[in-house]
Amino acid sequence: MRTVLVLASVAVAGAAGACLSSRNSGAELTLLNVSYDPTRELYQELDAGFARQWKERTGRTVEIRQSHGGSGKQARAVLDGLEADVVTLALAFDVDALAAGGLLPADWAARLPRESCPFTSTIVFLVRKGNPKQIRDWADLVRPDVAVVTPNPKTSGGARWNYLAAWAWAVRRPGGTEDGARDFVTRLYRNVPVLDSGARGSTTTFVQRGIGDVLLAWENEAVLSRDKLGRDAVEVVVPSLSIRAEPPVALVDAVADRRGTRAAAEAFLQYLYTPEAQETAARHHYRPGDPAVAARHAADFPDLATVTVREAFGGWARAQRVHFADGGVFDQIYEPR
Amino acid sequence: MTRRHRVLPGFGLSLGFTLLYASLIVVVPLSVLVLRSAASGPGLFWAAVTAPRVVASYRLTFGASLLAALINGVFGIVVAWVLVRHRFPARRLVDALVDLPFALPTAVAGITLTTLYAETGWLGRPLAQAGIKVAFTPLGVVTALTFIGLPFVVRTVQPVLQGLDPEVEEAAASLGASRGQTFRRVVLPALLPAWITGVTLAFARALGEYGSVVFIAGNMPMRTEIAPLLVVTKLEQYDYGGASAIAVVMLAASFLLLLAVNRLQAWTARATSS
Repeated sequence: MRTVLVLASVAVAGAAGACLSSRNSGAELTLLNVSYDPTRELYQELDAGFARQWKERTGRTVEIRQSHGGSGKQARAVLDGLEADVVTLALAFDVDALAAGGLLPADWAARLPRESCPFTSTIVFLVRKGNPKQIRDWADLVRPDVAVVTPNPKTSGGARWNYLAAWAWAVRRPGGTEDGARDFVTRLYRNVPVLDSGARGSTTTFVQRGIGDVLLAWENEAVLSRDKLGRDAVEVVVPSLSIRAEPPVALVDAVADRRGTRAAAEAFLQYLYTPEAQETAARHHYRPGDPAVAARHAADFPDLATVTVREAFGGWARAQRVHFADGGVFDQIYEPR
Repeated sequence: MTRRHRVLPGFGLSLGFTLLYASLIVVVPLSVLVLRSAASGPGLFWAAVTAPRVVASYRLTFGASLLAALINGVFGIVVAWVLVRHRFPARRLVDALVDLPFALPTAVAGITLTTLYAETGWLGRPLAQAGIKVAFTPLGVVTALTFIGLPFVVRTVQPVLQGLDPEVEEAAASLGASRGQTFRRVVLPALLPAWITGVTLAFARALGEYGSVVFIAGNMPMRTEIAPLLVVTKLEQYDYGGASAIAVVMLAASFLLLLAVNRLQAWTARATSS
């Protein structure tokens, strides 16, 4: 009896293994793109575009499955074994964590143009219709009569860009210093009545609950909210200076090599840089990196000065250590006095 | 030689299964948690669990959970009493409603409660005019935890109450006991063990609750951050050691509390049966 059971389970395991290993030998190829929260609609369109192009080029069909969630949570899932062929996350810090886990080389960012960011965004303000509090620039956010809504940068990767944008402006304003920036950011977060754990939560707080006078948001999200709610509900205000939000894309070498999907996965990432994909990104309110496409959409994206994390903060590793690690500048804002 | 036979067969097999099942479902994952927290060393462990923000979050989590469990302890008895002892239209509907907090995804509960209790909400607006702020305060945390804990007390007390014959109360009354005396001396002792279980379950459930609370809490450091949120915060920095350290302390505290309640329950069962 026991022997029969053992034999049966071996047979089942063998059959299951055969199924798994034969999965990618046919014409049908699947890739898993692990991404962050608000990119669902964008990548649905990009995935379809790539599948079409891949079919034309190779005659084979490819299906791209998507997974969405908070950027850091997604990176941890990949570290823990989620088989992502490519990752498209909200910040390089999360891809660096994958590199530290040995899933891809440390110089991953240099493998694709523009530090592996095919398109970018920036941080802007969403205010109520008619801008009743007359919020024009970062300086207005620390006025005592202004309530600011932004997620907690410690739980939301996307929200770290908001914080860094405020800091970058405060350092670069006339007479700005690092100490002045610390004071400015402290005063800004004192004006935040609710620290939601993610960007979508903050949008709900601002839009549905009517809390706060201004929401700090990625430009693509702010424009999307405005279009969805109608221009008579909210307005987008572009500050004088902001940060260039750079969501990176990367091949996960360890997974792609094991699954034999490297060629298709690399082709997918390169597709993101083609004019067609850049047009798609621009339609979804991401700023295209391709100069020709950017020129065509110049009217959609107001001009503003931007700085990068590398220029203003010496890269993500340093920004994380100084500002967001436990005991860092952000924690000090809330320390009991 | 005779082997002593148990009334029910299969003790050896079922005990083996119980131990295996408990190990796989409970002991193995929790051991991994403890090992992960131990990997960072005692110094870092201590630093992680004694940081002022973490201590503040423990205070809020345990305090709000206890308060919510006690609120449910009082009103859960009332709900169970009405459902068992009275016949009214829509009784079955109310009975089914009690279980809804179990079935609802916690994030939905959190968003709904926040909508209701925010200063723009149906309940939040009149409350705010009365000077009471619920959403984004510790009171909001208690509200969410009360909501998710409701079924526990009702569902543990209800069957005991059903088994309690109203004739016993009538006998007490005919022997001259007042209503208060009947409740205190006759009904309450019979309900006590089940009630303690219900309150404990509600409390334990509240300690680990994340989904519904993060929406209504506002998550302000030192004021409305619950301990599970700090666990997520640590994970977001890839600080697995720190996250597991906070979790292990919660786990140990809950385990000790549950153990103490078990003892208390055994004691009340003996005291009330003798």
